[in-house]
Amino acid sequence: MALYSEKVMDHFRNPRNVGVIEDADGVGEVGNAKCGDIMKMYLKIENDTVSDVKFETFGCGSAIASSSMATEMIKGKPLEDAMNLTNKAVAEALDGLPDYKMHCSVLAEEAIRSAIDDYYKKHPEKRKDN
Amino acid sequence: MRIYADNAATTKMTEKAVEAMLPYLTGTFGNPSSLSSEGQRAKEALEDARARIARCIGAAPREIIFTSGGSESDNQAIVSAAENGKRKGKTHIVSDTIEHHAVLHTLKKLEKKGFSVTYLPVHENGIVRTDELEAALRDDTCLVTVMYANNEIGTLQPVRDIGGICRERGIPFHTDAVQAVGHVPVNVIEDNIDMLSASAHKFGGPKGTGFLYVRKGVRVLPFIEGGAQERGLRAGTENVAGIVAAAAALEEAVSDMDEVAGRLTRLRDRIIKGFSMIPHSALNGDPVKRLPSNVSFCFEGIEGESLLLLLDDRGISASSGSACTSGSLDPSHVLLAIGRVHDVAHGSLRITLGRDADEEQADTIIKETAEVVSYLRGFSPVWRDLCSGKTGFIL
Ligand SMILES: Cc1ncc(COP(=O)(O)O)c(C=O)c1O
Ligand SMILES: [Zn+2]
Repeated sequence: MALYSEKVMDHFRNPRNVGVIEDADGVGEVGNAKCGDIMKMYLKIENDTVSDVKFETFGCGSAIASSSMATEMIKGKPLEDAMNLTNKAVAEALDGLPDYKMHCSVLAEEAIRSAIDDYYKKHPEKRKDN
Repeated sequence: MRIYADNAATTKMTEKAVEAMLPYLTGTFGNPSSLSSEGQRAKEALEDARARIARCIGAAPREIIFTSGGSESDNQAIVSAAENGKRKGKTHIVSDTIEHHAVLHTLKKLEKKGFSVTYLPVHENGIVRTDELEAALRDDTCLVTVMYANNEIGTLQPVRDIGGICRERGIPFHTDAVQAVGHVPVNVIEDNIDMLSASAHKFGGPKGTGFLYVRKGVRVLPFIEGGAQERGLRAGTENVAGIVAAAAALEEAVSDMDEVAGRLTRLRDRIIKGFSMIPHSALNGDPVKRLPSNVSFCFEGIEGESLLLLLDDRGISASSGSACTSGSLDPSHVLLAIGRVHDVAHGSLRITLGRDADEEQADTIIKETAEVVSYLRGFSPVWRDLCSGKTGFIL
């Protein structure tokens, strides 16, 4: 379908890193069912690095593809990089999203940040900026 | 073979309609308003099509105004009735909450101009109640506009009763019958209709062609100004080929109606039964008082657009009332009007069968939908919370 790029459709059809991490170090959930997209991110953190990441998403094609792409972009990366991931970068990596779908990709960025916040809350000593 | 189950959006033209249309694209291409023999032959075809279309709905040929489709017909009927009313100091309109946007947006515009509109509730079954309609009528009511059949949930309104009530009170009654004409029996006399909107592309005709029925004695105003076409009520050179094709399509739809509606009703109920086996799902709208082709369902815990895209991958074209398919943040106003909360309305699926649908198609639709719903629920955080008891099931 012309609505989405090939990349979006690929990530939508074969989402990477789908699932749950039972003993996650940080979990973040954003969005709400009212607006139609909900994203949940599970992070495993080792040595300030995202050693594993999984997601669950209730949402449209763009929400699912953004979640999938975002997890690929932070897996194995330093926590700081993950923290700085933007929805713009996610959308670009997907070869773009329709304008009215950009809000779906914002959720991926927010879900990751929320999961990292959760991790810092559990491990305040790891926080560098305080 | 792909299964096209989005016939409420638009239908494929029937072969007869295409055949009927072709001679008017190159052979009889004249302008019906011109005196050339090409023009006069086009005029004949136009008037012949008018008579045939009129016959299909129990109207007289003079009561048919050709338009560009359902939206234009809705606009013209409603704005005309409003302006007529205003001249007599009547500025109240009665409608309902599940009308098509062609009606709703027109009403909103009139509200800004000082008209007041009562939007009748449609309750859980998606149908207005005639006692509530009767109670809403006022001395200054200048129009009642209630659709014949809903485009999303397929519910049929008690048009005949509503028309009867309006006739008794002398209030003009318009019905948007875009989804009904050619699908269920529609007779403007028996149904007490003063104005009716229809669109050819919903019954096997071409897009961009429709008509407005206006009962003799009811006055409408031109909506498009210009030449004297359509007795001065709709300017613009007539879409002769489209109109001829519309007549052919409607005649075919009406003559096949018993067989098609009977078969589709059985298939519809088969799909409803199949979908009901999917846990935490529900039919939208009345199970019986609905179009033969329409199955509208909500599946809890999933979002409609992803369901549609995956069905499309599996060869099934359908539609949804979810927010993410519409480009707005709100799910369909129709689903909200029948009491579906946002969370559930997002997980909607509309199957609208075509006239060629068969049992094999129905069973494929059931099987693929069940698989996709289950797959999407497998990684839905909403579904997880529902299953773990963190949140409560609604359906
Ligand atoms: C109930 C209803 N009214 C009006 C319309 C608009 O018709 P058209 O596309 O011919 O303008 C549609 C179709 O989208 C419809 O389903
Ligand atoms: Zn979305």
